Formats: sequence, structure tokens, C-alpha cells
Amino acid sequence: MTLHLALELGDAGAETARAAEAAGFVLVTLGDSPGGPGIEAGVRAAHLSRRTSRIGLAPTLHVTTTEPFHLATQLASLDHASLGRAAWVVGADNSAAALATVGGTPLGDDELRQEIADVITVARQLWDSWEDDAVIRDVATGRFLDADRVHHVNFTGARFGVTGPLITPRPPQGHPVVLGADTLGVTGLLDIALIAATDLDEIIERTGRARAHGVRLVFADLDLVVFEALRTRLDGVVDGVRLNAAGPTTQPPPGGRTLREALGLPRPANQFAGAR
Amino acid sequence: MLHLGLFFTGVGSQLVWTADDFASHTHIDTFVATVQTLERGLFDAFFLGEGLRVRENRGRIYDLDVAGRPDAITELAALAAETTHIGLVATQNTTYNFPADLARRLASLDHISGGRAGWNVVTTDNAWTGENFRYGGWLPHERRYERATQFVSAAKAMWAGSSIDRHTDLLAVTAPPTVPARPVIFQAGDSPGGRDLAARHADAVFSANTDFDKALAYAADLRSRLASYGRPPDAVRILPGASVVLGDTAAEAAEKAAWIQREQINGPRAIAFLEQYWGKDLSGYDPDGPLPDIEPAEGELDPSRGTISIEHRTGKLDRIAGWRKLGLSIRDLVIEVTPRHNSFVGTPGRIADEWARYLAAGAVDGFNILPQLLPGTIEDIVDRLVPELQERGIYRTSYEGTTLREHLDLP
Repeated sequence: MTLHLALELGDAGAETARAAEAAGFVLVTLGDSPGGPGIEAGVRAAHLSRRTSRIGLAPTLHVTTTEPFHLATQLASLDHASLGRAAWVVGADNSAAALATVGGTPLGDDELRQEIADVITVARQLWDSWEDDAVIRDVATGRFLDADRVHHVNFTGARFGVTGPLITPRPPQGHPVVLGADTLGVTGLLDIALIAATDLDEIIERTGRARAHGVRLVFADLDLVVFEALRTRLDGVVDGVRLNAAGPTTQPPPGGRTLREALGLPRPANQFAGAR
Repeated sequence: MLHLGLFFTGVGSQLVWTADDFASHTHIDTFVATVQTLERGLFDAFFLGEGLRVRENRGRIYDLDVAGRPDAITELAALAAETTHIGLVATQNTTYNFPADLARRLASLDHISGGRAGWNVVTTDNAWTGENFRYGGWLPHERRYERATQFVSAAKAMWAGSSIDRHTDLLAVTAPPTVPARPVIFQAGDSPGGRDLAARHADAVFSANTDFDKALAYAADLRSRLASYGRPPDAVRILPGASVVLGDTAAEAAEKAAWIQREQINGPRAIAFLEQYWGKDLSGYDPDGPLPDIEPAEGELDPSRGTISIEHRTGKLDRIAGWRKLGLSIRDLVIEVTPRHNSFVGTPGRIADEWARYLAAGAVDGFNILPQLLPGTIEDIVDRLVPELQERGIYRTSYEGTTLREHLDLP
């Protein structure tokens, strides 16, 4: 089992993303902060979706400064535009400057953890609010949709509620791949936990804890120098590595696969489909 | 010079989905093919509508119309990579968005597209839509354009390189500037508040006033409002919504238009329309028979279809009484009373003459076309109507600039 490689794109553009794709990287992450000086990560990712063909695209969107409904719509739309290559790095910027952009103030620790959990939970519900076969186009009855296959989510969180359904049909991957730091306190809600540590023993220990929370994949979050030093010893410990600069190469993945297929992640069953 | 846009609403009865060759209106391949065809036809802009809540009828998901659409800015950012000239306009409301976030996303779209972004500024007034958002239903209807004006002003300041720190009872935002950007501001509302917002802040309007006389009156009204804000009379481009049905002969076009209308208002849709007003299950009635003989439910209309304007949400019993006097079948009544953007139906040459008349009179600067057939409408216009317009010297024969501002001849 070779390690999956992910690259934080930083300020780099489409050429770097294409080079990473050719070098066999499975996804690029696009770091961002609320009110950041550059191009907003979701817009960058959407543009890159038509400049690349195989690599996953993971913008950082912050739960603290967005409308959960818009966030879920944007990520679903990215998955449609990229034919199944969307991912989301869960951002939770809780600084005074970030919250001021929405006229708010920082949350307490417990409140923040709850907010992160609520936004991920409602996003996953909204991605399931249309069943895969909700569009029926039945000319005989005049029905475009099967209304029984489009669901209100009726989510009530600690600080907000969302009725649903999403305005966007279910994404090709079911859910875009959800990545986040293991320090967010919501590891069990993620598809990929990111562990930022430089010490192998610490990586091993935190990986074990993340897996115990039920996360499917664990990526070490490393800079290139640390990665080169640890490379041979990471195999079998973590599933992949996110780097802040390109360097290594691996076997380029075949085209025509979704990001979930490339990562060996199952396509999520629809949580509302069984309820009918 | 006539300007053309295409408004891809993605919902509603306008778009006929029953044709055999209907292309999925949510698939990226359909969007790419559409914008590339429009660019071949030298269109100024491609507009995307905004979705905030899936439409319902009497508490159930409304299943008769096309439904499902992408986030506008995300889709347009993808399409920017597939095109080189056409303007990319996102409809985005100022009620259920955060100013700093939206201003930054629009600036980002403008940046990555090389100056091709536009923002169709709309407001949302009902709490039903707001149930999908953190602050649902908080904004009184009559103050929604006040917030819109403050919102647009904050966005423009951020685009121009200023940090903003604004705190009013309608808006609170402290944020740094965005990347330098100047999206074209469109405004679509027809209320006095909407017209004032247009006169104060808009570069272009997407009005509903398509009939020649109404278009003239609207243009005059807008110019007088522009003067009161110290802007020149030609500061704003006027692009009313319009649908277009072409035929080789007038009779052929009329026949096609009639077919489209019967598809748009088929039996199930006619019944569903009346159910909104009656507030009762009318599925047992024949759409080609007389109006239901039962009395409507008490209470006014609910806005959950998202299609009833606020002035039509009261007085439904009087309206129903008036309908009974017309003596029409259910379906014919609904065809009669459904508000439509004006249709231009005829041969390409005839419509080109008509549009030349609008342009010469100063009634419009162009049209924003609502497609009815996908594929069909767009290909017809690009391949058959555009050459007629070019022949009359009222439409470009190549793009001269690369930005949406340049296409619209805006400063």
C-alpha cells in the first residue's frame, strides 16, 4: 500500500495543480481564511476543476463565517462541475478578525466544537436531501421530480437551523470528501483526519486515537523535509501525507475516477433513502 | 448597439423539459455547451439564477417543473475556464448572504475571469425562504432594499481597496479589502425601492418591462431617477427579459409558440396553480373543464412556490371571483393569467426589425433572453437571429474588448 499524497497549493495556480496531478498526487488542498487577501478558495477550486482532470480539489471553507446552506451548495456544485472530485477542508477560524467579517465575536471552546459538528452534520444531510434518482422526467404524469425522493432535513443545531432540501441534486460522490484536523474535536464526522505533527511516535499515537473515533483515513500533515526523513516509516501507519510543497512523485492515478474511488472510500449510502 | 444576455433560471415552468432531446439542465456539460454557443453568438453575458429553497405546493416538494441548480458563483468560476469573453453574471441576494463573504467571492470571480463578472443584485423577503439560513425572516419586507443599498455600497468599497467597518441596524461588517475588482452591477427588481437601487448603484437593469410602451416608460422613469442621483442618462444599460420563438414563417413560429405554451401550462401544472389559490387538493378536477365549484380555503396565499409577488398575496377571493366571470376552462384560465415575459414570436428578420425599433426609440439597450427549449432556443438565436441583427448593423460582428464592462460600453 503506497501512501496517498496530497498537496497544499498555497498561492500556486493551475500549472502546479496539473504538475501535482501528473506526479500522482490524489488531491490538492486550497488553504484560505475569512477575508483573506487572495482569491476565495471555493472559487479557485471551481476554476481549477476545468483546468485539471483527475486530481481532487479541497478548498478550505470556514464554518464560523459562512451560511451552512450556501457552504453545502457550493461544495455540491464543485462536485458536479468536477465530475466527482470535490473535497472540503473544514476550516474553523475563530479569531476576532474572522468573526468580525460576519458581525460576530469568537465562540467558546465547547460552542465552537458544537458549531463545527453541526455544520458538518447538516452539510451531509443536505447532500442526502435529494436521492440519486430523484429526477424522473416522467412525461406521462408531468412529473419532473419524484417528490418522495427529495427530503426536508429539518435540522436544528445549537446556533442555527436548516429546513432543506438543498437546491442542488445529490453530488456525484454522494458526499464530497470531508477533511479536517484531528484537533477540531469532530474526528468521527470526517472522512480524512489530518494530523499535524513532526514526531513519529506522536503521529502513531494520534493516528490510533483518530481511528478509534471511526475515521476511515488518516493523513499526516507534514512539510517536505520531515516527510523525506520519515517516509519509509510512515507506510502502514497513516494512509497518506499532505505536503506543503511538491517533491515526491508516485504512480499517476488513472482518469475517470471520482476522488472517493481514488482514495478507496465508499460512496455514502443516503441517510434519507431508507426512511421512505 | 444591441446587447444580449441569456438568463438561465434553472427552475420554473419556462423551461420545457418534456422534449425528447432535453439536456440535463444541471449537468456541467450542458452549461459548458451553452456558454460556448453563446460566446460563438457574441453574447454580452450569461446569467445564472439563485436558489434558496426548493419550491413547494401545499407543503410538498413541487414536482412538475425543472428543479435543481448549482451555486451560481461556483458554476461560473468553472465556466470561466471554458470561455474567454462572455460575461458571467451571478444572481445573489443581499438578505441571506454575509456582505464580506459575498463581496470576496464576486471579486474572486471577477479576478479569475479577467474582468468578466457581474452581480445581479436581488432581495428576498419571505421567512419561508429564510428557514434555510441563520437569520431567517429577520428583515422586514419594506426595509430589504435599505439593506441591499448598504450591502452594495460595502461591497463596492471593498472592491476599491478599502477596509470597511460598518455597523447599522441592518448590517454589521468589519473586513479588509478584496482583490481589486469591479463586477458589473445588475438590478432586477421593479418596485420603487428596486428602481432607486438601480438608479443609485446599478450598471445595468434586467427589467420586466418588455412591451414597447412599457419599456419606453420604464426607460424614462429610470433616466429621471438617474438624474436625481447626479448620474448621466446613459449610465445604465436596460435589458428587459424576453423569450424568443423563431420560425421560417410567421405561422410556423406561432404554431411552435403555442406548443411551448401548452407544454408550459399542461394539465397538472394548471391544477397546481389553482391549488395555490384554493389551498385545497383539486387533483380530482379536469384541467379542461370549468373552475372548481368548491369554495377556496380561508387564509391568504402562502409564498412557498416562490412565484407569487407580494402584491398578489392578498385579495385572493376577489381575484377568484373575477376569474369565474371569464368562463374559461382551468387550463385556459391559467394560460390567460400567468405572467409571462413578453414573447417575440416570428421570423428572424421580423424580430430583428422589431428589436431595431426598440433600440432606435431608446426603449432598451438589449434583451436578456429566457430559454424555453434546451437545446433549441440558444442555437436558434445564435445561428438565425444574430446574423439578421448583424446585417442591420445593430449587433457586434466580433468582441472588441475582453471584459464585461467593455462589452456593455460601461466606464
